[in-house]
Amino acid sequence: MAKIIVDGTEVDVPAEYTLLQACEVAGVEIPRFCFHERLSIAGNCRMCLVEVKGGPPKPTASCAMAVKDLRPGPNGEPPVVLTKSPMVKKAREGVMEFLLINHPLDCPICDQGGECDLQDQAMAYGVDTSRFAENKRAVEDKYIGPLVRTSMNRCIHCTRCVRFSTEVAGVPDLGAIGRGEDMEITTYLEHAMRSEMQGNVADLCPVGALTHKPYAFHARPWELAKTESIDVMDAVGSNIRIDTRGREVMRILPRVHEGVNEEWISDKTRYVWDGLKTQRLDRPYVRKNGRLVPATWQEAFDTIAAKVKAAAPGRIGAIAGDLASVEEMFALKQLMGKLGSVNLDARQDGAALDPALGRASYVFNPGIAGIEDADAILLIGTDPRHEASIINARLRKRWRAGGLKVALVGERVDLTYPYEYLGAGPETLAELAGNGTFADVLKAAERPLVIVGQGALTRADGAAVLSLAARVAVAVGAVKDGWNGFAVLHTAASRVGALDIGFVPGEGGLGTVAMTNPGAQDVVFLLGADEVDVAPGTFVVYLGTHGDRGAHRADVILPGAAYSEKSGIYVNTEGRPQFANRAAFPPGEAREDWAVLRALSELLGQKLPYDTLFALRAALVQAHPHLGRLDEVEPADPAAVAKLAAVGGTPDKAAFALAVRDFYLTNPIARASAVMAECSSLRLGGAAVAAE
Amino acid sequence: MLQDKDRIFTNIYGYEDSGLKGALARGNWDGTKGILEKGRDWIINEMKASGLRGRGGAGFSTGMKWSFMPKQSDGRPHYLVVNADESEPGTCKDREIMRNDPHTLIEGCLIASFAMGAHAAYIYVRGEYVRERERLEAAIEEAYEARLIGKTNIHDYPFDLYVHHGAGAYICGEETALLESLEGKKGMPRLKPPFPANMGLYGCPTTVNNVESIAVAPEILRRGAAWFSSIGRPNNVGTKLFGILGHVNTPCVVEDAMSITFRELVEKHGGGIRGGWDNLLAIIPGGASCPVVPAAACEDLILDFDGLRAAKSSFGTAGVLVMDKSTDIVRAIARISYFFKHESCGQCTPCREGTGWMWRVLNRMAEGRAQKREIDQLLEVTTQIEGHTICALGDAAAWPVQGLIRNFRHEIEKRIDQYAANPHSDPVPVAAE
Repeated sequence: MAKIIVDGTEVDVPAEYTLLQACEVAGVEIPRFCFHERLSIAGNCRMCLVEVKGGPPKPTASCAMAVKDLRPGPNGEPPVVLTKSPMVKKAREGVMEFLLINHPLDCPICDQGGECDLQDQAMAYGVDTSRFAENKRAVEDKYIGPLVRTSMNRCIHCTRCVRFSTEVAGVPDLGAIGRGEDMEITTYLEHAMRSEMQGNVADLCPVGALTHKPYAFHARPWELAKTESIDVMDAVGSNIRIDTRGREVMRILPRVHEGVNEEWISDKTRYVWDGLKTQRLDRPYVRKNGRLVPATWQEAFDTIAAKVKAAAPGRIGAIAGDLASVEEMFALKQLMGKLGSVNLDARQDGAALDPALGRASYVFNPGIAGIEDADAILLIGTDPRHEASIINARLRKRWRAGGLKVALVGERVDLTYPYEYLGAGPETLAELAGNGTFADVLKAAERPLVIVGQGALTRADGAAVLSLAARVAVAVGAVKDGWNGFAVLHTAASRVGALDIGFVPGEGGLGTVAMTNPGAQDVVFLLGADEVDVAPGTFVVYLGTHGDRGAHRADVILPGAAYSEKSGIYVNTEGRPQFANRAAFPPGEAREDWAVLRALSELLGQKLPYDTLFALRAALVQAHPHLGRLDEVEPADPAAVAKLAAVGGTPDKAAFALAVRDFYLTNPIARASAVMAECSSLRLGGAAVAAE
Repeated sequence: MLQDKDRIFTNIYGYEDSGLKGALARGNWDGTKGILEKGRDWIINEMKASGLRGRGGAGFSTGMKWSFMPKQSDGRPHYLVVNADESEPGTCKDREIMRNDPHTLIEGCLIASFAMGAHAAYIYVRGEYVRERERLEAAIEEAYEARLIGKTNIHDYPFDLYVHHGAGAYICGEETALLESLEGKKGMPRLKPPFPANMGLYGCPTTVNNVESIAVAPEILRRGAAWFSSIGRPNNVGTKLFGILGHVNTPCVVEDAMSITFRELVEKHGGGIRGGWDNLLAIIPGGASCPVVPAAACEDLILDFDGLRAAKSSFGTAGVLVMDKSTDIVRAIARISYFFKHESCGQCTPCREGTGWMWRVLNRMAEGRAQKREIDQLLEVTTQIEGHTICALGDAAAWPVQGLIRNFRHEIEKRIDQYAANPHSDPVPVAAE
């Protein structure tokens, strides 16, 4: 710790703090453009200049100077920093004037207006007139992809975007060409950025040079209602803020959560909102003579009731999709229980995860933040970059910190950081359970981390592979006191919650595959399950949001609410229950899923015992108390990993496939989004250049 | 006047063989091993005692700079980097050393590297210096062949010397930008601290020195610090390569004693000012970044660090640009301003935006198409740049303009008055940028 005097206030801060941080501790605000907590220090905007007593007679960039680099006074007094002296005022006004001389006065048509750092700081630290009589610089706008819109006249060259893409996203796509006032930020040859986190550069941009293309000219920040919520595009549970105007979702932004997404979100999370407006199911449908025709709720419920009453309890099943909240799955499970059926499954991809073995067998035990403690990582059948981009960013952050060894078993993928490729399938994994070069690396590591992806589990021998992975984890000492390095990386937002409440086949019940086989079931309820193919002959009730695969197969469609239109609990891959708030209302006659199930239960003569969502939630928390402790990760008993390792089984030799083939189109909302479709075709090399 | 026996660069005019044979005949590489045997501390103390100030412009004590290097390596290698990116307009002294006396530099590299525990040194040569680089490389080749340097050499100090050819950017003469460029990155100055002596080339302790500072070191150590410090006046000692260019009768690069008067230098070596002493308008004493010194102040002007500071200018690299009364001083400074605008790296705001602004205003002032109030405004803009940037290029861009306004404000005002009196004599279309 070191003492420092900021504007007369003495504070005690760690010696490696920068002056800017020390000033913040002292409660003094320092304006800045280029500085960002999560990026390297550039020190190029010069807005954060402060006066340091005893130093050279010129202002110092406070973002780049450490407290320990300052010399104490002649009698050992703490160094003195002034932030309100005439020198600092002159410096700030000067820098602000320089930033503004070539910045266009197009605030009225700029999407950043109202949330622009330059605007705010010009108000606070600038002068009110312009002395610049020359022509302003004009810079051509660049094409950098379908997601980020450029208006390069506005660029103030803070290089945050360049630093983000090279450091966090790991793609060297953005850079500066030219020199001096001709310097321009661009992707070389104007190709699209190849990152799945590129939307963050528009958030980072302190001015309106990079803005969100799909949001361009749609709304002003001050007319938007802001709702804090949770993302469901993957199992990370990124914290988001949904901005709405009236009933319409206008955009999605990240919220800061150090334990989960820091302050980044993936492009799918951010730009999926146009999918919430298209292909929506806004009224019930009933299939008549092979065609789906609009119906009333009563008609739809009556049709279902007739079918359900005719079916034997063992021939009724339910499959929950990837975007379902815990509450509605709990309600559906209870309804199925009342109907006497144990044919339940939330694993539409058939992942061999069994909650009976214990929670540690299916969650990301070390936690997302725990990745930063790991010193050797084994990835099994996973491509974290596309299955959980934010977790990949965390892995990359750990790799950048140095001293990390990564190896991968499975398909070769580009993770943005180097890894040792060990092999393609279970045989390689089996070798790791014994001795091998990388097995030794893991053994030597203090905190080895074994990450199992869904690609390794969604196969017939998934259980054996999972057990083998647990065996590797135990063999290399990844499970020990104070560290559980066995981690299952999920791809579905609903999955961990579903496993927590036991939304899996009961005693003698059927799983997803068995339920979808021809003639296996009379009635199947699909709760937003679009990735399954139910065999002909089965009566399918689809409760969901979009006219996607499930709706096409359905005999009765019950319109539900998308994640932005209902409040609910989602449990992310590390087992953290988080609360998603409702930001908008479902369209047309669509209703929140739990309410639909509640109404249906009454018609089926099996009334669910709650009339409000709160009552439902209370029942849920009573049954599963840990789901009531929001945002807290319940450490799972590591004994489950050993139990899992003991399961055994012989995996076959087939190579692990990837769980996510097309990052942009993994769920019905994304498949309804034109933006995601464009990104997908660009990624696959289909579409040429997007029209503005 | 420097006597011939006190000259360090005895082949600066290139009359003799620049190769190893000639160099040996001139006394280079004489007793180098003996110098090394006296040890690191002796060398550094002797350099400190000699009072040699860095010849690259800033004038920081060379011996002091060497002493900043860690005494013991912490596992990282140490590096010496020689700044031969001599891009300052008006400066061409290092070029003569590389062309005609390269072995002084190579020997200096060996000794300086030994003094700071470096086993490798890089010479970063300016992009435009193609022939100079060839000469230097040939000389290094000779030195390797004669086993004067190399992994195993007659001096028993493993030492490798590499020449790196830059791409011709002025900013790469700034020491940290030079290191960035040497590492293969874009030449943009780094933030300091950390200073290169802690974190330099590839994150290792590094010292960056000017060519001349390194090239004079062997001779200083051979003859002793006392000899060197006896030349010139206190705090400004030794011999120095001066460049005399512009409106003189015989422009040249010449070695003479520090603290020589401008008058003596230009009369003796420059063949006098074109049109006689009274035809002098102003000089720019040390390369384009130094403020102009008007004729009145040149009368008894002493050319050294302190003498020019007294004249509110800077000694810089001692490339004295002489301008006679035919010079359009406003246009001249506008052109220098254009140079700095062109060479600004664009990293930090004041320099990136300010240099272009200054140039545009000066360009109008050169025509007279300006308001008188803009003169003070321009002066204020220069002070907003000066001292607010990452590197010294911001200062370098601001000083010539400040010098112009300080000394030739009347000239700008006259120009504005003339234009205001007859604004339409010459249709001036506004050029779109």
